[in-house]
Amino acid sequence: MQQLLYLTEVSLNGLTTGVLYALVALGYVLIFKSSGVFNYAQGVMVLFAALTLVGLQRGQVPFAHLWTAVFGTHTYLFGWNLPAVVAIVMTLGVMVLLAILVERLVLKHLINQHPIVLFMATIGLAYFLEGFGDLMWGSDVKRLDIGLPVGISETIESFTAATFGYGVFVDRLDLFAGLVAAALVFALTVWLKHSQLGRTLRAVADDHQAALSVGISLRLVWVLVWSTAGFVALVAGVMWGAKSGVQFSLSLIALKALPVLMLGGFTSIRGAIVGGLIIGVGEKLFDFLMGPIIGGATESWFAYVLALVFLMFRPQGLYGEKIIERV
Amino acid sequence: MNSSGSGQKAIEAPLMDIRNISLRFGGVVALEGVSFDIAEGEIRAIIGPNGAGKSSMLNVINGFYTPQLGEIWYEGRRRGSIKPHNIARQGIARTFQNIALFEGMSALDNILCGRVTLVRSGFWKQLLWWGPAEREETEHRERVEQIIDFLEIQAIRKTPVGQLPYGLQKRVELGRALAAEPKLLLLDEPMAGMNNEEKEDMCRFVLDVGDELGTTIVLIEHDMGVVMDLADRVVVMDHGELIADGVPQEIMNNQDVIDAYLGVAH
Repeated sequence: MQQLLYLTEVSLNGLTTGVLYALVALGYVLIFKSSGVFNYAQGVMVLFAALTLVGLQRGQVPFAHLWTAVFGTHTYLFGWNLPAVVAIVMTLGVMVLLAILVERLVLKHLINQHPIVLFMATIGLAYFLEGFGDLMWGSDVKRLDIGLPVGISETIESFTAATFGYGVFVDRLDLFAGLVAAALVFALTVWLKHSQLGRTLRAVADDHQAALSVGISLRLVWVLVWSTAGFVALVAGVMWGAKSGVQFSLSLIALKALPVLMLGGFTSIRGAIVGGLIIGVGEKLFDFLMGPIIGGATESWFAYVLALVFLMFRPQGLYGEKIIERV
Repeated sequence: MNSSGSGQKAIEAPLMDIRNISLRFGGVVALEGVSFDIAEGEIRAIIGPNGAGKSSMLNVINGFYTPQLGEIWYEGRRRGSIKPHNIARQGIARTFQNIALFEGMSALDNILCGRVTLVRSGFWKQLLWWGPAEREETEHRERVEQIIDFLEIQAIRKTPVGQLPYGLQKRVELGRALAAEPKLLLLDEPMAGMNNEEKEDMCRFVLDVGDELGTTIVLIEHDMGVVMDLADRVVVMDHGELIADGVPQEIMNNQDVIDAYLGVAH
């Protein structure tokens, strides 16, 4: 019984990590589904959003090191602390601005190009944004505190302790992250499935020329899509940042979204969620059961191997659109 | 339409007047001094051998190409340079020579996309699926169902168009263009690659669009039988130049046209 409950705790822990993976994967799906571009920079956008949020909230001077090096200012903080809500709204503004700039400077020039060209452009964008984020906000590990619930949920612990004689630890932040993810997925699904706007996005993803001919402005749609992806990146960044601090290894964690996508399918919001959960639980359970036998540290590779095996049997992922090619 | 009962459509004031259009890609001359007009309510055919510049002409009309020289007058006003996506808002819709449908979407969704320019409720209302936005969606849906009935494609409305046979894809593409309720409809080889039965169906739809909706149609077609049956007036192009313009009977007997098609020693 004790053992079983411990196993449950490990699985629960995996589920909550899975939710965080899913949040990052969601950003990838969103852009891929609605503009046909695989946005390699999505992980870095998560990092950038979190950095910007912390920076704005703590009143950090952007590019402080640069100013110091050039003008010798030595001012690193403005000396104010913004309320969390204000900082979040401002960060959203920054993400929208980023979307506009990406459209102006990159995508606009690549209309009607092959998707691989757009993909390459997003790789460039990822490297640029990582360096830019570093230059703008510094590379130290930052604490993100916007007043989210944290710590062990005593209710669940005392309840399970009383009923089963074993207190299960669940982090309240993880519960909150689950709720946020659920709300986000619901909103995005409804929006993409049921409005003319969603149809417009899918139209652009499908065929640029045809979309133009029915009167869709590609540029407007792109700004919209990238803003939404920026918003999703911000949500993921807040959750990851609150959990493990804002640091540059976030963009590595974001790479875990790739096996999630392979598992769930690149075009399915549901797939991102289910894939995230499977990988989250899978890697925790595998490490718990097999780790002692094969030497531990399995979490760093398990997801990728699982995705690789999965690719052999179902290349389109669990919920991905079946690839039909006329011969 | 006039009701003189002669069966011949009256040629009214031109809906579009194309004046002296020249288009070059680098050193390649695609169009050279082409002028003709498109009258309201007529079916206007553009014919000519391969590479004559027919599709380029269509792309100039709907703003995908900007000509180096010449003017386009639309609805009595000179049209300046215009962004391609704004053309649809001026009531010009088109189909493509190599079908350009949204393959991943159902026939119904494809046709609904044609109504993008007619959507009135704003971004936030749609985002929240607000009352008016929902009512509007229902209204668009009804109009689209009428188009589906008209084109007799009820059975395939939920099928992803990538899976449809060629002839039906062409029909869905026509449906998407019609959904925009255009004043001017541009059809680039609507019957290419079709068998006789499919061609007859398509001819009937094109004629009905003209008669019932009063839409002006510009049509590129290779099948001479089809052109002579459908068109009110025909423009003939060769090597980027206009070589004849008139009613079908005149065109058939025009020596330049016969030469262009059969080839003569220059």
